[in-house]
Amino acid sequence: MSAHENQVQPVLRARGLMKRYGTVVAMNGTDFDLYPNEVLGVIGDNGAGKTTLIRAISGATTPDHGIIELDGKEVHFNTPQDARNAGIETVYQNLALSPALSIADNMFLGREIRKSGILGSLFRKLDHKKMETFARDKLSELGLLTIQNINQTVETLSGGQRQGVAVARAAAFGSKVVIMDEPTAALGVKESRRVLELIQDVKSKGMPIVLISHNMPHIFEVCDRIHIHRLGRRLCTIDPKTISMSDAVAMMTGAMEPPTETMAT
Amino acid sequence: MSDTESDFEATLSNADSAVAAFERDDRTFLSYVRHAVRNYPTLVPALVLIVSILVFGLIAPRFLSPAVLSLVLQQVTVIGIVAIAQTLIILTAGIDLSVGAILVVSTFVMGRLAVSSGVPLPLAIAAGMAIGTLMGAFNGFLVAKIKLPPFIVTLGTLSVFTALKLWYSGSESIRNADIEANAPSLLWFGEAAARPFGATITYGGIALILLAIVFWYILQHTAWGRHVYAIGDDPEAAALSGIKTDRTLISVYAVAGLICGFGAWVAIGRVGSISPISFEEINLATITAVVIGGTSLFGGRGSIPGSVLGALIVGVFTTGLSLAGVDDYWQMFAVGNLVLIAVALDQWLRRATQ
Repeated sequence: MSAHENQVQPVLRARGLMKRYGTVVAMNGTDFDLYPNEVLGVIGDNGAGKTTLIRAISGATTPDHGIIELDGKEVHFNTPQDARNAGIETVYQNLALSPALSIADNMFLGREIRKSGILGSLFRKLDHKKMETFARDKLSELGLLTIQNINQTVETLSGGQRQGVAVARAAAFGSKVVIMDEPTAALGVKESRRVLELIQDVKSKGMPIVLISHNMPHIFEVCDRIHIHRLGRRLCTIDPKTISMSDAVAMMTGAMEPPTETMAT
Repeated sequence: MSDTESDFEATLSNADSAVAAFERDDRTFLSYVRHAVRNYPTLVPALVLIVSILVFGLIAPRFLSPAVLSLVLQQVTVIGIVAIAQTLIILTAGIDLSVGAILVVSTFVMGRLAVSSGVPLPLAIAAGMAIGTLMGAFNGFLVAKIKLPPFIVTLGTLSVFTALKLWYSGSESIRNADIEANAPSLLWFGEAAARPFGATITYGGIALILLAIVFWYILQHTAWGRHVYAIGDDPEAAALSGIKTDRTLISVYAVAGLICGFGAWVAIGRVGSISPISFEEINLATITAVVIGGTSLFGGRGSIPGSVLGALIVGVFTTGLSLAGVDDYWQMFAVGNLVLIAVALDQWLRRATQ
């Protein structure tokens, strides 16, 4: 993996990110690297600042200091829309779905397709049919859902199905990076398995993925590298094939020093 | 699957793979009804309206005459128009207690400019609607940017706008005779457009129906409309989905103000004069209409046609009961019960979705 870091340009790279909420330091100069075609796990104790880091690279939070680069070019995200426009899609822990709207409406929320011609330009009419077809295709393509009605409201779906819609939305529109924040936290064994397979599917399409989770078996199963976050910054990145789960937990909680050769600062 | 897969998941390959199949909740009659009502939220107010018209027709046969039915439409014209504005705001999980004050201030801007100052009528009407929009946008700014609860914001601006209204009007009405002499077109919406079978259809009534169609279209078929629902449903999710929630919220309140400004013009025609103490009950009347129309006070669900139907239901009840010789306070009693039933129904529907 160290060869990786020397030769290949990261898709997403952050240096020295700082974020302060009043007196609380949520990010204390953290770095971040995501390489092409990898699943990067992000683990850390509660309050380590994982969420703030993820919010920063997905545009939901603007860092006070530090730089974020996408494909080597510096970017500034002030809103989630900025990150989305740049090709970074995020599956938030709360899924960010609107329960009373349909599956198709949700997939296109904030990026609706208008009809062509005067209906679209003057009357701002949405192309419902086109959006429904696209949503149905994407959901079937991921083998996630047997669709009966794409106009069903999201509130009528089970937790696993909602997760599926959120993942499908991210996979369908992400062109550079897909970020998943605790995608299995609310799910049963079977649904978790489905999401893990989905992560592999998305990866096989050549999309790098950032996976934030407290579930160590899941992280160790699907990740190529693991970024350990501690006290508002990156402690180290490790290779799950050479470091055991218990050592990773020990590093994450401060019970063990990180291995020097993979120190990433 | 990879080799690190935990043993406890080993039996999963035998598991029922239908986990992701969509379940339909049409197993019992009750859940079927619930499903239908959830998918077609205007079904209930539409049925209530039809049934109540028929029932009042049985009690007081005169009620079913075209003249009386068209009178109901005339009576609810202004409430219906303002209820459209109120619906937009309630869909975002807000509430607007200042719509009545905005309406009356706008009537005075139009009236004073056109009648007393001799400003050309189109300009006076545009000014009135612009002031209405501005007052709405002010509400929206306080709600979206200063993050104050809509109830408190509009309770405050209700007093502020009411004070402005009393100051600007000098606490004096503009008489019908003066409007007719100087700016008769201000009264246009009160005129009859058609008189089929003894009914009187005013331009105001037609305006209400057209406005309802326009805003139904905007809510259902434009991105802005979908965003209004999304913000009321879950503002955090809407923001993370890339919706500019602040901007959309301000625009919702501004559009509501614009509708009130338009309602002001219709109101002048309906009443025939402009009075600083008119339309003081319209705030609660519009909320009543919206709630009876099936729009949830918690935001995210409801519809424009529902609110217009809600306004018509209130009109049918008050007119029907008074034709049946029932005292005023029993009319209030009935409308109050309608509101309670509507809110209870909304709660039942919400529980069904969780």
